[in-house]
Amino acid sequence: MNAEKTHPAVALPDAETLCRQLAELIRPRLQPEMVLVGIHSGGVWVAQHLHALLGLGSEIGEIDVSFYRDDYGARGLHPRVRPSSIPFDVEGRTLILVDDVLYTGRTTRAAINELFDYGRPERIQLAVLADRGRRQLPICADFCPWRVDLDPALELVLSQDDSGRLQWSLAEHA
Amino acid sequence: MRNPQLNANGELTHLLSIDGLPREVITRILDTASSFLKVSHRDVKKVPLLRGKSVFNVFFENSTRTRTTFEIAAKRLSADVINLDVTRSSTAKGETLLDTVDNLVAMHADMFVVRHAASGAPHLIADHLRRLGREDVHVVNAGDGRHAHPTQGLLDMYTIRHYKQDFANLVVAIVGDILHSRVARSDIHALTTLGAAEVRAVGPQTLLPTAIEKMGVRVCHDLCSAVRDCDVVIMLRLQNERMNGALLPSAREYFRCYGLTPTVLALARPDAIVMHPGPMNRGVEIDSDVADGPQAVILPQVTFGIAVRMAVMGILAGN
Repeated sequence: MNAEKTHPAVALPDAETLCRQLAELIRPRLQPEMVLVGIHSGGVWVAQHLHALLGLGSEIGEIDVSFYRDDYGARGLHPRVRPSSIPFDVEGRTLILVDDVLYTGRTTRAAINELFDYGRPERIQLAVLADRGRRQLPICADFCPWRVDLDPALELVLSQDDSGRLQWSLAEHA
Repeated sequence: MRNPQLNANGELTHLLSIDGLPREVITRILDTASSFLKVSHRDVKKVPLLRGKSVFNVFFENSTRTRTTFEIAAKRLSADVINLDVTRSSTAKGETLLDTVDNLVAMHADMFVVRHAASGAPHLIADHLRRLGREDVHVVNAGDGRHAHPTQGLLDMYTIRHYKQDFANLVVAIVGDILHSRVARSDIHALTTLGAAEVRAVGPQTLLPTAIEKMGVRVCHDLCSAVRDCDVVIMLRLQNERMNGALLPSAREYFRCYGLTPTVLALARPDAIVMHPGPMNRGVEIDSDVADGPQAVILPQVTFGIAVRMAVMGILAGN
């Protein structure tokens, strides 16, 4: 486990407020056929919040990108893989891929690859709560309320408490 | 002594037997399998996990179902699969098991799926690979002699968990030729590790191994008392090839005493499930009315078997 420490130099905004801001960024560009797909596990929580805030009817998709990661050879299979569930036909649809943190872009790459194994979406857009920059792939977010540059030694972690409230914390990389 | 299935970091690197596998490892394989099960329902039934890896199915003993499901599992992980019918080629020409392995390693094999009539053959290969310093090459036991058939045991556990959720209060009856059955051994190890309340073994005296009680099972010699109030009935195939010995009078008499009929099954709990590793001998160990009935989960076992084998290969190849 990563040892959690407080880092007074970095002010972490309220994650619930960021969710509301993210929803307002998406709202003007909402279309009837749009669906949300959250990336496990933080992205699923954010997608659930957006789903409620935007009053969307269609179910949320959930994906776990463990089977598509590029570090499988180096790190092995993630010890806790959760089932991906896409309860709608992606063919011809606009999907909003939702994650908590956009960083190197590798998770997003894996998620896009997985989504294409369900069919050919019309378009995929990316919504994230935080963008840490320092990309290693040509990927950018379409919707993002918070951009922050953090020391690479730090991990920005989103957690959800029992009442469903989201909260940011920082952890040292193991 | 180090567990031969684990690498220096304590991670699962070979799957040789369920005996000695910690409960967390078994649970992790079953959890991972449930994610893989969904992959088989998609438009593209493949994930890129083992892309570029070569899986060699090395079967020294006949098998259709197990070999095919391993092949499908490896292909759904995007591996290249090479099936070797070794009994008809190199071994017939006199090559030793380890020479065959060395040749396949020289062809850059990443994983061996091995079935052999001799108990311990997959362990011998794993041990050989370690001495060669090739811990990056993995071995999956697809059935060795009377010893173990760990992926069958795991898929049986997956099936039971799918229908019964929890093992804590389960009563499981294993019926038939337990003496020759590697499936029975793997199931017994898995069920006791996962904490099943009671495992019963029933079969003719001649087909029960001596001292089987030491594996944590209750021995019954009468089918009705074994099936009564149980949650799961695991039928074993009566290995016809053993019928020539003096172990059994006749297939018909066997069916009369140990065949699962609707009347016998009615003694079990109403929601009991009936499993069979296949291939089935209808009218020998199982009545067609049971095999095709609503309590049989024999075909779902086959489907789950692919997901479980994907999980095993996916976990091993990453360690």
